Amino acid sequence: MAHAYTPGLRVSGFTTMRKTRRLPMKGDVLVQVGAPVKAEDVIARTALPGNVKTVNVANLLGLPPADVPGAMLKPAGSLVNEGEPIAQSKSLFGLMKSTARANTTGTLEHISEVTGQVTLREAAMPVEMMAYVDGNVVEVLPGEGVIVETHGALIQGIFGVGGEGVGLLSLAVSRPEDVSGPDGLGDVKGKVVVVGALADVATIRKAREKGAVAVVAGGISDHDLRQLLGVDLGVAITGSEDLGISVIVTEGFGKLPIAKRTFDLLGKLSGQKVSVNGATQIRAGVLRPEIVVPRPSSGEHEKPDAFGGGLTEGMIVRVIREPYFGQLAEVVELPAQLMPLETEAKVRVLRAKLENGDVVVVPRANVEMIEE
Amino acid sequence: MSDQPLKSVLATDCGSTTTKAILIERVGDSYRLVVRGEAPTTVEAPFEDVTRGVLNAIREVEEVADRKILDGERIITPQEGNVGVDLYLSTSSAGGGLQMMVTGVVKSMTGESAERAALGAGAIVMDVIASNDGRLPYQKIQRIRALRPDMILLSGGVDGGTTRHVVELAEMLAAADPKARLGTTFQLPVIYAGNKDARDDVTKILGDKTALTVTDNIRPSMELENLMPARHVIHDLFMEHVMAQAPGYKKLMSWTPVPIMPTPAAVGMIIETIAKEQGIDVLGVDIGGATTDVFSVFGAVFNRTVSANLGMSYSISNVLAEAGVDNVLRWVPLDIDETDLRNRIKNKMIRPTTIPQTLEELMVEQAMCREALRLAMVQHAGLAVGLKGVQQTRTISDTFEQTSSGETLVDLRNLALIVGSGGVLSHAPRRQQAMLMMTDAFLPEGITEMAVDSIFMMPQLGVLSTVHAQAAGEVFEKDCLIRLGTVVAPWGEGKLGQPCFKARIGDMTREMKVGEIELVPLALGDSVKAVFEPDKNWDLGAGKGRSVERMVNGGVVGVLLDARGRRPFVLPDDRAKRVMALKRWNAAINMYPEDALVTS
Repeated sequence: MAHAYTPGLRVSGFTTMRKTRRLPMKGDVLVQVGAPVKAEDVIARTALPGNVKTVNVANLLGLPPADVPGAMLKPAGSLVNEGEPIAQSKSLFGLMKSTARANTTGTLEHISEVTGQVTLREAAMPVEMMAYVDGNVVEVLPGEGVIVETHGALIQGIFGVGGEGVGLLSLAVSRPEDVSGPDGLGDVKGKVVVVGALADVATIRKAREKGAVAVVAGGISDHDLRQLLGVDLGVAITGSEDLGISVIVTEGFGKLPIAKRTFDLLGKLSGQKVSVNGATQIRAGVLRPEIVVPRPSSGEHEKPDAFGGGLTEGMIVRVIREPYFGQLAEVVELPAQLMPLETEAKVRVLRAKLENGDVVVVPRANVEMIEE
Repeated sequence: MSDQPLKSVLATDCGSTTTKAILIERVGDSYRLVVRGEAPTTVEAPFEDVTRGVLNAIREVEEVADRKILDGERIITPQEGNVGVDLYLSTSSAGGGLQMMVTGVVKSMTGESAERAALGAGAIVMDVIASNDGRLPYQKIQRIRALRPDMILLSGGVDGGTTRHVVELAEMLAAADPKARLGTTFQLPVIYAGNKDARDDVTKILGDKTALTVTDNIRPSMELENLMPARHVIHDLFMEHVMAQAPGYKKLMSWTPVPIMPTPAAVGMIIETIAKEQGIDVLGVDIGGATTDVFSVFGAVFNRTVSANLGMSYSISNVLAEAGVDNVLRWVPLDIDETDLRNRIKNKMIRPTTIPQTLEELMVEQAMCREALRLAMVQHAGLAVGLKGVQQTRTISDTFEQTSSGETLVDLRNLALIVGSGGVLSHAPRRQQAMLMMTDAFLPEGITEMAVDSIFMMPQLGVLSTVHAQAAGEVFEKDCLIRLGTVVAPWGEGKLGQPCFKARIGDMTREMKVGEIELVPLALGDSVKAVFEPDKNWDLGAGKGRSVERMVNGGVVGVLLDARGRRPFVLPDDRAKRVMALKRWNAAINMYPEDALVTS
């Protein structure tokens, strides 16, 4: 068997992408099938039910819970303002009054005669869903959202933080192994800026300060990530951080030059409008961060998915674990039998020629394919 | 069904990444594993049908066993000649398993009971909401809304007690109006297993808003915990609601006469069966990529915990965050820079399917494994506790943290068997690596046997044990378990180099000094009489300085004599001395290739 399936990250100059844009709960879809949309357009809208607060009327009025419904000044379903009396009790022939007041503005939802609690629900919170990419609506999911189709370049990163953004792509370095640092950023307002082999925390903060949408780099140090997030990230499920900027790394942790092919493509796309998302999820349903660049084909033909056929001899792969971490190599042999490693584990391996000409043995699990 | 002479059984376990199939046949008078097959699980896009992966795994079994089991996409039952199988059954943890939220009035009482009920049923507990958990009502409501569990277990109050608090919890649930994780159209299953006097009120509040099922109180009185009725309801609802929503499961359910069981529930069942049949205390651990499950039976009481974020790939970075760098590095017999270690661990997290190629990388992973197991065990010991107010008669281990709601049931001195499972243990290049990792993580005391699950078939055997205990038991002993051997570890105090204990195992004798470990070969299947004579400050179960005579069992590794001490087990603080000690221990049991131990 000369094939093996080893998925890699997609780095494609031209491809077709479909983005499902779904509301967190049912709402109104504002566009129709066939409609052209811009990334910033609102395509669906809903209102999340408001927060809930409780008022312990029985305690406040010194009543048994069963008497609370009788003490209410307003029925369930009424609108109330914060501070407004909602229940009252009378004692000493009606001379002494105790009052319970609303602790928020909202709707009086429930009156309990078992616990004596009254539930108030605040106003609904509007949620708007943007198109995220320039493209066309190809399907409407009734009441839920749409699917937007776009054509153009796609660069997947290995890890990211922060959510979606839209901006112009800009390169702050001229070589993939360079590092811009905070002083080499230039004018990055509204931009997605490529900072080279390392995004350190000072550079990310400076970029945020200058109004950048996102930072793209080959690697990030775990130490810097901890400083940026304020916590030690335990599980790679990201995207909801409120950082004011997104970060996308293409190679991994540490100072790692951006793969040449990726860097060359980024260079070619410099100045164009891009959509980025730092969200990463490496559990069930893998989600990688991405840079999407909608653009006309300009004569490039869409290439079939290189990952369908699996590993073959002659293919270029990237080693993704020590001792050859980050190196590109050409597959020269795919032995069928299990081979022992230095650890003595017997696993499926491949023989690969590194860029320096050395031919080495690498577990097949430790390489990823580079899309040609 | 167990009386029927089954000829063959096909069982699958649909894991989150791989679907594993095993074929068991009756060979002569006993049941044996014949072949196994596996294929990627197909719950997610582009397939979105779990049966595709199941059929692929079965086709691999067909190929290797060279027999026909499928007729197109149908499993042929019963077996006719060499075609088909007599029984098909399955377990599942695909799609993230069973995720639950539980409630109780008092966190350390009904809250803990509810947590134990859900965990015992094979669930991951996302949160425990309790009246006294310190959060304000609106914070609890927000939390309930933010979670999207598969189902909720609502408990609280003892029968005959006040109903107010548990009704308050029901009102909170109603106000939050929680949605189910899978599917947007069906109602969220809620199980009410609290004070029976509040059933009417709870039904009035939640009956229309949720798919409510009422069952017996999990805590009918302070002194009594009654988890089984709630566990059964959880299993039923798992089938009816959760599984039925997952892609392809309706079809899969129609293939098997036995309900599909959550994977951890099935593993728990086989652990319970071993403990019951052999009358011993057992500890089982399954360390996966994302989670670590710990199962135990101490004094006939079964407990299970799942540490949702302790694992060897997806959650490996969380192991580092929770254990701390120093705790990990203390097991690495190398000088490693902290920044380098942190970046390596993060790179494993984002590329979870990679494997260690160098010995150095293997040593780091095995250090991480020890800490993941240790932390999972601490969590387990915290939940496997007696009920508050009930007198514990057992010797209590103080190795683990005690909880305010009762003392831990975990008693390492009575523990007879530890069974390890999961790639890092089952596929460790040398079996002694698995044995030492578990020894270092759990620090067993006295005389304890150790085994690993060869190919992780405990789930399939667990569900099989519900319908054919004999077949499950035989395959478990003969094909599933790989017996590593026995660990002998006295507790006490002494200075390094002083006498600790003498061991006579068959015709071999050893004199162990404090701080040493040694491996005595005793082959798999061999059982010999042994006499252990601890020094006057050391104890092996019979009292300080008192000798212990008993049979010990061998295994693929042998008998590990561990005189490194317990309570405390101490590693040298000085980095250089610690690295030397680790190298000495590794060399003593031939842990790694010899040249690596010298040069690294």
